[in-house]
Amino acid sequence: MQTQHTMRSFDDELKYLADQIAAMGGYAERMVAESIEALIQSNAGLARKVVADDVFLDEKEREIGERSVIIIGKRQPVADDLREIVGAIRISSDLERIGDLGKNIAKRVVAVTEGRQPMRLFRGLEALAGLALTQLKEVLDIYASRSIERIGFVRDRDEEIDAMYTSLFRELLTYMMEDPRNITACTHLLFCAKNIERIGDHATNIAETVHHIVTGRQMPLERPKEDESHKIVAAPEG
Amino acid sequence: MNATENERRQTAQGIWQRLRDVLITPLVRGVARLFSSEPGARPVEPASTGDSGIDSLPAVFLAAAVLDPLYIFDRNAEILYANEAADRAFGPVATGASLRLKFRAPEMHALVNTAAAGSEEPVAINYAERVPVERAYRVVASRIGNDTGLFVLLFKDQSEARRIDRMRADFIANASHELRTPLASIAGFIETLRGPARDDAVARENFLQIMHNQTQRMARLIDDLLSLSRLEMKPYLKPGGQVDIARLVEGVIEAMRHLAGESGVVIESAFPAKPILVAGNPDELVQVFENLLENACKYGGSGGRVLVSAEQASPLDEVRLTVRDFGPGIAEEHIPRITERFYRVDVETSRAQKGTGLGLSIVKHILTRHDARLSVKSKPGKGAAFTVHFPPVPPAVQSSGQ
Repeated sequence: MQTQHTMRSFDDELKYLADQIAAMGGYAERMVAESIEALIQSNAGLARKVVADDVFLDEKEREIGERSVIIIGKRQPVADDLREIVGAIRISSDLERIGDLGKNIAKRVVAVTEGRQPMRLFRGLEALAGLALTQLKEVLDIYASRSIERIGFVRDRDEEIDAMYTSLFRELLTYMMEDPRNITACTHLLFCAKNIERIGDHATNIAETVHHIVTGRQMPLERPKEDESHKIVAAPEG
Repeated sequence: MNATENERRQTAQGIWQRLRDVLITPLVRGVARLFSSEPGARPVEPASTGDSGIDSLPAVFLAAAVLDPLYIFDRNAEILYANEAADRAFGPVATGASLRLKFRAPEMHALVNTAAAGSEEPVAINYAERVPVERAYRVVASRIGNDTGLFVLLFKDQSEARRIDRMRADFIANASHELRTPLASIAGFIETLRGPARDDAVARENFLQIMHNQTQRMARLIDDLLSLSRLEMKPYLKPGGQVDIARLVEGVIEAMRHLAGESGVVIESAFPAKPILVAGNPDELVQVFENLLENACKYGGSGGRVLVSAEQASPLDEVRLTVRDFGPGIAEEHIPRITERFYRVDVETSRAQKGTGLGLSIVKHILTRHDARLSVKSKPGKGAAFTVHFPPVPPAVQSSGQ
């Protein structure tokens, strides 16, 4: 926690910002989880709820942005306080994007589940979503506790997500080659998978922002790219 | 055809019933017991008058004695106190940390806000966490005393009930699918034995052998499913004890020599002489390394040797145990997925090696409970290395043994 300021209300303002980030994080986590649930159980009602929830994130992001500007203007913060506020702006925009990606998955529910799809199409996606959700939760926990020792694992998991995405890409491609009737569902699922992979990237961005807030330094620049789906072609393997 | 269908259904019913007897019924009873006792439903009883010292009982003593996770917070939702159960379930928090940051779910925010706004009645919600382990709680927030400005948040674990539901659904989906193949094959052979092959002694012997293999496979499958279900049923508690992981793995290697010899594999090990401590449950960790070694012998056996090594750079670093084989390796697209249930890299090989498709799921599950993780490195043709990463045991805890 920050050291106490002479003006008690400044602390309150910072605390308010952090609470708002927490609220956004809670919504984003739930939207992602529920969009996947809606997809797997072909639950159109739940999908609609996810789409409606996105409004909350949009509003909160705007609110955090406006408040931050007011705080900066009024208090002229420096050093860690300034990092805290700028960090809040950045994290809120990452969370808002995560909400959009969740919403996008939810919007595809109806298209994917028209005509019952076999469970095996979803199994990989569920596992991928599990990884991304764990990533998001861990990152937000790190923001809450400011304990950046665990931040290394976040990057490891990002690699895992990328590798899993590449594997899933290949699998869905196989299903499409097997039976053209799978093409509609699998194309939508490919976009869903990409969305989940992007969610992982945003979570990693947040980790980097938190690292900067806490230490004042940027995380070292080594972000190996494991997403090799751009190399995958539909030719049968030798 | 109809008779076969009936037989098949009856066999399936028999298995289902057996499973229900050994698995579901005791679980349901366990949960019923859990709920009947209702511990801590009302944590804060009004202090009774008397000379028993109850009037001067400090609140923190009482809170520490509660076995369910419990937080005490103030009007600003700052955490003033977390009991040991709370630290164990949700990780330690600093005093003064925001409860809203710790629990971000929208319904939790609403609950905390309602309580902090001065609701006279206790408010309650259902709260679920999906990752990394699925957990479900009934959470109650109520104010302490009349005008203390303090509030209590109490969690009651309901994961068991939730897990039973989920397990039943998963079990039916997985088991029915996986058991159907051997069942269909057995049914087919019975039909042939009754008809065309009735008098053919050679074919009969042959078919009976196949049927024997299939029933064994079903038995193994059920054992593994039960083992996985049992793990999933355990409450989310980190195992408390400490294990010298190097000696434990040496024991497993000894026990596996026989099987390794059968597959023509030599197991080599490279462990430092001094003990390497990790937090964990020995029985479960034995299961982990049994599975990893068995896989290495079965699928990497063509390399002729398996290398097991342990390393820890310093007492503050993670502990790594690697089981490395020199077989055909695993293609990179399969690596991220091999811990999924029933995911098989090569269905034919797996069946031939009597695999159930659940071994690595069990491994992953146990490791998640231990706060440890599994990483896999492999190149086709170059063998595969399965590494288990354990978090270091803090030196302070090391001597006390917790």
